[in-house]
Order: sequence, then structure tokens, then C-alpha cells
Amino acid sequence: MSQAFDPTQTDQSDVVVSSRVRLARNLVGFPFVNRADPEQCREIVTLVRSMELASGAETTWVDMTEANQTDRHILLERHLISQQFIAAEGPRGVAINRERTLSIMVNEEDHLRIQVLLPGSQLRNAWNQVNKVDHRLERSAELAVHPRWGYLTACPTNVGTAIRFSIMAHLPALRMTKEVERLRRAANTLHLAVRGFYGEGSESSGDFYQISNQLTLGLSEEDLLAKFADTVVPKVVNYERVAREMLLERNRILLEDRVHRAVGILTTARLLSIIEAMKQLSRVRLGISLGLVDVVSLQDVQNLFLEIQPAHLRVAFGANAEVQTEDMDDEWIRECRATHVRATLAKAR
Amino acid sequence: MNHTCDRCDRPAEVHEIDPINGVDVHLCREHALEAGFQLPEPTAAKVYSQIGSTMQIQISTGRERTASCKTCGSTFARFRKSGLLGCPDCYTNFDQKLDGIIARSQNKANAHVGRVPEQDASLVDRHARRRTLLEEIERAVASEHYERAAMLRDKLQTLTDSSV
Repeated sequence: MSQAFDPTQTDQSDVVVSSRVRLARNLVGFPFVNRADPEQCREIVTLVRSMELASGAETTWVDMTEANQTDRHILLERHLISQQFIAAEGPRGVAINRERTLSIMVNEEDHLRIQVLLPGSQLRNAWNQVNKVDHRLERSAELAVHPRWGYLTACPTNVGTAIRFSIMAHLPALRMTKEVERLRRAANTLHLAVRGFYGEGSESSGDFYQISNQLTLGLSEEDLLAKFADTVVPKVVNYERVAREMLLERNRILLEDRVHRAVGILTTARLLSIIEAMKQLSRVRLGISLGLVDVVSLQDVQNLFLEIQPAHLRVAFGANAEVQTEDMDDEWIRECRATHVRATLAKAR
Repeated sequence: MNHTCDRCDRPAEVHEIDPINGVDVHLCREHALEAGFQLPEPTAAKVYSQIGSTMQIQISTGRERTASCKTCGSTFARFRKSGLLGCPDCYTNFDQKLDGIIARSQNKANAHVGRVPEQDASLVDRHARRRTLLEEIERAVASEHYERAAMLRDKLQTLTDSSV
């Protein structure tokens, strides 16, 4: 995919894993999803799908009521849909582009949740792409807009621009030095949210944190973007880098021990739970960024974070697709995970 | 609910879900008023508190429970519980109640300044101009510049007529 030059695209790959821009939109003439009956939800789905088809956009439609558990979790693991969207009921679905960078969730909390997710630090590119989809949409649909409040959303805290900029940041040193809590508090006063690996209501996993803007009103999209991409992101990156340097300076041997133990576990274990694998891979990722190990490239280890997720392993190893969420990470999958990680690390060596 | 106030040790009378941090807010009467919540008269609450705590809960939320959106029927009490409004018209129907809530969550911002769909742009522009004029009229009256206030009022009238 060709990408325009993005001034926010500096080399922050040691900390910033991905960039995401999300817009919430609602259609005129329908109640919000929480108040809509199944018939109205179905109508919204039909309307959005016909608009997408008419616009000539090349997206694939996934009907959430028909998709099996594994397919749903594949989308969640790729951050194309939310946890709430899996758990929800009623007619709903998601349109996804071929590159799997764009997703349009229909009937999540709002009628439409348009998201562009790109690897690394490229918020401006993501914003440009999401903006194009928004323009395409407003040509064929009447959107709920208020003269004073701007774009109307089911939750009034999203009103105005209804935009959310976020990055997925790898913050192992801040976690080790327990500075993450300080970051959370600072973020709160700066109107930022610090969330877990799968967004709202999720835990941090593998030391990944999703950091996003909370203000959506009183500033234009451009100003919000500039504030977030040019001020907030560099600060977070710098904060983590300083913590890494400090760990190296004060506790180099402890840090090296953790990283090499992680390599040891990942290259020998026969069973790996998702929690343990994420934890050890996070240490390896930190080790690579600091030049302490070179068993595998940063890109390969980043890919592993996705490949070792339960639904991705189920598909790769040909498991039964119809499985309950709680059985997603059963013993056989833990064995598959260990096998896959060992093979990837051996190949890299 | 047996919560004490987040800011002191008195029993909390107002309970709200804070949608930003995902934590509940519990405030006593005094701190709730300070935070901008509207509460029923203290005398009535006091009388009912002597009768029983269940009655007190009823009276402190009773007014909100009756406020409902003319379009979708959603009540304001439902919004307080779920954090979600029922339809776009709820913004108009609960205008005054939402004012403070939105301002609190948006660093005191009280109007959208970003982009809107092209077909809505002129409407938003007129609304912003009307608001500016209203503020200017208030300032002119406060500083006793009545002639200027009358002139601005004419302007406002023209703007309102042209939008009908």
C-alpha cells in the first residue's frame, strides 16, 4: 500500500507499536443503538451496507450474528472490533478493507464506528484515511449533527468531533519501575486515557498500553491531532526511553538476566499460556530495542504478539472453529503456541 | 447504597458513573452542589430521611426519573445509570442537564469547532453567530450601552428571520 509522507511518522518503533484514529457517527432518523429495536438495527445495517457498496469501496462485510467465535476473535485480536462488539446482541457487523487497516463497525455503541489502524507511528496518515471515509459517507447519509454540539454520539463524552486518536505503546520499563501509575495519573489531568491491550475495560498484556485523547469538543480535529501526535506521543516515548536508560544504568545485570531468561523459556517451553507468552515476549522485545539480544528482529517479535493469540493459533493449527470463549486457550492451543514460538525463534537464529 | 462522599466522610447523596475513568462518583449534598449537580430542596429530603432511607433515595432521584425525551422516551435517570442517551433528540430535550455534564468531561468546552458535513455547515455557522451576538448583547446591557444593545438585537432578529 502506498503511503503519503507523514510528518508524525518518526522512528518511534521501539515504543509505538501502532496508531489508530476512530470516528463515531450516527444516522438521522434512528434512535441510538442502545435504544433501537432489532428491526431498526437491521435497517441501519442494510442502509450502511448499501452505501458502502454504492461508494465503490472495496470492503468485505462480516455479519457478526453469523460469524463463529473463532472468526470473531480473529477480528478482536487484530483490533478491528471491540470486546463489547463481540458480547453485544442484535443485528450488527463490520466492513473491513483488504489491507485490514480500515474497519467500519455498524451498531456498536454508535451506528458507525470508523477506524483506521496503521503500524508504527503514523497518526496523520490514519487521520487522512479515516477522513476520506467520513467524506464518502456523508455524501450518501444524513448524519446526526447538532449546531452547538457537533456530531452527536450515544455517550455525550464523545460528542463534538467524536474523534479518538490513540497509540499502542510498549512500556515495559515504565511498568518495571512502577512509573506506569504515575503516567496514568498524569494522563488523567491531561485528559488522556490509558487502557489495556484490547482497549476499554481490558488489562494490560505484554506491557502494551493504549493511550488516547479524551477531549472531543472545543478543538478542531487538526488541533486535537497536533496536540496528541506532536506533544503527547513524543512525551510518552521519551518517558519510556528514559526509564529504559535508567534501568540499564542502574540494573543492567538484572535486566539482561530477565531478557535472557525470557529467551530461554520461549526457546524451550512445551506449553505456553497467553499470559506467560506475552510477558516473556515483552522482555525479548525490550531486549532487542536495547541491543541486549539479537535472536530475532523487532518486526518478527511484533508479528509473534499477534500470531500467538488464541484465535490466530486455532486457525493456523486447524482447530475446531466453534469453541466457547473460555475454552479458546485450552491446553492444546498452549502446546501449539509453544511450538510456533520455538519454530519462529529457531528460524530467526 | 452505603457510600460515603468521595471528598469527605459524610454519606453520599449523589451517585454518578464517571464515563471517562470508569469509576463511580459519590458525593454528599454540599460537594454535589459544589460540583454543579441540581438537588431537591433540603427540607423535604430532611423530612423524608426521618421516615426512612428508602424514601430518601426516592425523593432525591424522583425528579430526574420523570424527565424523559419527547422523541424516544428515554429518561434522564436511565442516562445517569447507563451513561448513554437514547437518540439524537435527547441532546435537545435534556439540553440544560447535559450542559454541565459535557462541560465537566470536556475541560469546560461548550461548543463544537471542528468540521461538520457540508450541508450542515451554514446551520452551525448561524448558530455560532447567534451565540456571539447574544453574548455581545449581554455585555452591552451590563455596561449600559443600550444603543449598541438595540442595534445588536436587530441584527439577531435578522439572523433569526433569515433562518426560518
